[in-house]
Order: sequence, then C-alpha cells, then structure tokens
Amino acid sequence: MTDLTKYNYVLQHADNCLILGQRLGEWCGHGPILEQDIAMTNISLDLIGQARMWYQYAAEIQNEGKSEDDIAYLRDAWGYRNVLLVEQPNGDFAQTIFRQFLYDTYSCYFYEALMNSSDERLAAIAAKSHKEALYHIKWSGDWVIRLGDGTEESHNRMVAAVQELWSYAGELIKPNETEAKAHEEGYGVDLSAIKEKRDAKIREVLTEATLEVPESTYAHEGGKDGRHSEHLGYILADLQFLQRAYPGLEW
Amino acid sequence: MDIKSLEDRFNEKIDEDVRIEPKDWMPDNYRKTLIRQISQHAHSEIVGMLPEANWISRAPTLRRKAAALAKVQDEAGHGLYLYSACETLGVERDQLLQDLHSGKAKYSSIFNYPTLTWADMGAIGWLVDGAAIMNQVPLCRASYGPYARAMVRVCKEESFHQRQGFEIMLTLCKGSEEQKKMAQDALNRWWWPSLMMFGPTDEASTHTEQSMRWGIKRFTNDELRQKFVDATKPQADLLGITIPDKDLKWNEERGHYDFGEINWEEFFNVIKGNGPCNKQRVDARKSAYDNGAWVREAAAAHAEKKSKKQAAA
Repeated sequence: MTDLTKYNYVLQHADNCLILGQRLGEWCGHGPILEQDIAMTNISLDLIGQARMWYQYAAEIQNEGKSEDDIAYLRDAWGYRNVLLVEQPNGDFAQTIFRQFLYDTYSCYFYEALMNSSDERLAAIAAKSHKEALYHIKWSGDWVIRLGDGTEESHNRMVAAVQELWSYAGELIKPNETEAKAHEEGYGVDLSAIKEKRDAKIREVLTEATLEVPESTYAHEGGKDGRHSEHLGYILADLQFLQRAYPGLEW
Repeated sequence: MDIKSLEDRFNEKIDEDVRIEPKDWMPDNYRKTLIRQISQHAHSEIVGMLPEANWISRAPTLRRKAAALAKVQDEAGHGLYLYSACETLGVERDQLLQDLHSGKAKYSSIFNYPTLTWADMGAIGWLVDGAAIMNQVPLCRASYGPYARAMVRVCKEESFHQRQGFEIMLTLCKGSEEQKKMAQDALNRWWWPSLMMFGPTDEASTHTEQSMRWGIKRFTNDELRQKFVDATKPQADLLGITIPDKDLKWNEERGHYDFGEINWEEFFNVIKGNGPCNKQRVDARKSAYDNGAWVREAAAAHAEKKSKKQAAA
C-alpha cells in the first residue's frame, strides 16, 4: 500500500455508495407507485455504479492484486467506512426519502467540490457522479416537498422521518482524520466549505415542505472509522452470502 | 355507419394487416380480449420483478448486482408501457391493479415458483425470458398498434436479458462442482414450468382460434413450445447440463425434438392459486399498493395545492 490515507478516503465514499445502493435496492418491486419503484432502482443502480468506480480506484491504490469485489465483499463490519446514515433501515417511504435527501444534499456539493481535486482520478469520478447526484437531489427534494406539503398523514410521516434521521445528518459534513488529511494534501474536499451550502439547501427544501428544521445539532458518528450501528451486520450477511459460502469463485 | 359496415371495415383492416388504432372502431370482444391479454402481460412484468428482486441484495459481484437491478428495472418499465397500451383501450391502471389484487386478472404462472439459489437468476433469464421472447416476438406484429409498438421495445430488452441469463449459466457451468450443481438444479426446477408458459395444448386452448383470426396471436401454443424446445436443447448441451426429460430426443422425420408429457395437473393447480408462491406474490403486490396509498394521496394533494397557487398567482 502506497497511501493508506487516500485508500481509506476512497473507501469511505465507496462504502457510502454501496450501502445506500444496497438499501435502496430493497425497495425494488415493492415501491408505492410503479414510476417511483423505477426511480429508486435507478438511483440504486447509479450508486452501485459509483461504488464500482471508487472500489476500482481503491484496489489500484492498494496495489495488492485485489478486485473491486474483493474489497467490497470481504471485510467485516469494522472495516466498512460508510456513514451511519446510509445503513439506517428503509422504514416507510418518508424515511427512505429523507435519508436519500440528507445523503443527496451532501453528495451533490461534495462531488461538485471534488471535481477540483488535485487527483485526476478523483476529479473524474466526481464529474460523472455529480451529474447523477443532481438528478437524485431533484428527485428526493421534490418528494420531501410533496410529502411534507401533501396530506396530514404524509406531513406527519415526514415529521417522524426528520426526527428519526436528523441525528445522522451531522456525520456527513464533520471531517474525520482521514478527511482532514486528504484535504490538507490537496485531493480531498474541505467539508467545512460545503456545510453552509448544504445547510441552506436543507433549510430551503424543508421550509417549502412546511417542515421545521430541528434545532439539535447532536450527531451520531463513528461510521467513517468503522464503528457502526447494529444494522450493518445484517446488510453484510445478505451482501456477502455467496462470496462467503463459496470463496474464491468466478460468478 | 351501421354496425355491420363497421365490422366489415374492421375485418378488412385485419385481413390487409393494417394496424387497428385506439380511436378506430373495434368489436367489443376484440377490445376485451386485448385488455385481458395486455393487462395479463403487464401484471406478469411487475409480479415477475419479485422473484428476481429476491436476489438483488445477495448478488455475488457488483457487476451482477448492477445487472440484476437494471434487469428488474426494465421489467418495471415493460409493465409501464403495457399498462399505458391497456389504457388506450379505455381502462385505468388502477382498475387493472385492483383486478390483479382480487385474483380476477391473471399473470404468468411461472412467477409463482421460488428463486432458491443464485443459479435461478441465470435460469430465469435463459429459460423464462427465452420462452417469453418466443411468445412475444410475433406480438410485435399484433393487429393492435399500441400493443405491437410496446412489444417491439419489450422484445429488444428481453433478448438482452436472455443472453445475460445464459451468460450467468455459462459462468456457473464453467465454475466449481458446486456451481455446476447449482446450475443443474435450477434447470431441473425451471424446465417444465417454462414449457408451461406457452399455455395449454392447442386442443385445450380456449382463446387461440379467435385470437389468431384477429391477428392478436400469430402462432399456436404448441407451435411456439416446439420452437422453444428446439432452440433450447442445443444450448443446454453447450452448457453441459441435462434437461430433465427422458423422452427428449431428436426426431429426424419431424425435424424437431420430441419431448415428454407436461404435468397439466400441476399447471392447472398453479393457475388456480396453488403454486408454491401464488399467495406470497399477490400479497407482496397488494402490500406495496396498500402501503403506498398515502404516498399517492399526498402526491395528488400537493399537485392540487400547487395548481391552485399557480391559478391564484
């Protein structure tokens, strides 16, 4: 391994995409409206595609002859570096939407900034992913507004979703050591610089949705350094089943 | 124009292979037959998402996961354009869904079988989509325009899915002993239900004759089934796995493969609702619909508020 910090930095983002893509894929065939079933599958597909670009780069940095799948499939929970938000259960449609919205408000500004990375490979991943993230935030933001403003029931469900997930919003834009170092070295994003834009976007959309922005700034954290919620183990049990049951085969 | 001359004009179009379009006059039974067939096809697409969606979270590689997501998404898309084609005949999607949930409308029985191993993702693509293509390619020339046009798109994607399924099978068959066993087991379970996808024998089929006259159907069930067996046997040989039918052999005289008797008792049982997953499949669709009611209501309420605001501005 030539650069452990960069490897971990790349892995954080790879794991975010994979775990959120995995979660969204659970909706496939069960969506509330056929068009939205397609939209969620489509976003899941985008995220898995992004995860692949990240893992392929991680494998190159690691330089031990491993494939994208070796890295994606063969770690235990403590080795995953995704934020806690993305492993949270789908819940009802409101919860899925709000989880997506919190991720999208982060990812579209993150990718926008990463396009200026001193690392060309990261800049290229960012350019491709940013286009997708803009579509995702349009979709999740529109649904936050629709559900918040829709009926009494949908409003109440959105309020519950915001309460449920708000404490996972902070981890996304609070740098851990890896991110701080990556920024110092010029290839990583300065999260403090995107915080303001992100917060403003959340406020704008929640206000239009007739929802209140919670005052609490308490943030659950640890996911980026491998300390996860109980949910991740079950996600990995599904994800890794075949690779673990029949090690080392071609599929 | 009186009914008689409308009917004559309609029959002329059918005879001349001119497409019937939504605004054209058509006999009630033609309309009903199309609604039954197209909605059944649409329902098959969306119920058919379930057995494959069952393996998305467990797909063994990222490439396979992405392909599985894309495939199931394609099926949802097929469902969409088929429901739209059906709506051109004057029936709402919501009504069609109610009929699916109540059991009034049918869907392809094949989706009432479970997906037990990863090899089922291969077998479904190879056999089920393969059989579907046999059924569907002639429908691209169906007499009803919107249906025929929807089928052109569906068929393009299905043939991609079929190749993808075969490629999963090929990878397994070239793999370890366990993987090959998985592939053989999947073939054993999916072969006969795939043959049943073509429907009852010509003798027992109640709809075939009229549907052929109307140009909705171009080949009989038995003709298509034979075509499928003829195309699939060499593919199984290439994979090196065995079709579970001791009577399957080449008949030089007919120029086709002979094959064994289908278990029609099983076929009619599954149609009646007694297949291994009939209840689970319909329950899953119903609960998606019921749990989504508040979402649809919210979207409608918000749209209404928005248009009121715009009107006031």
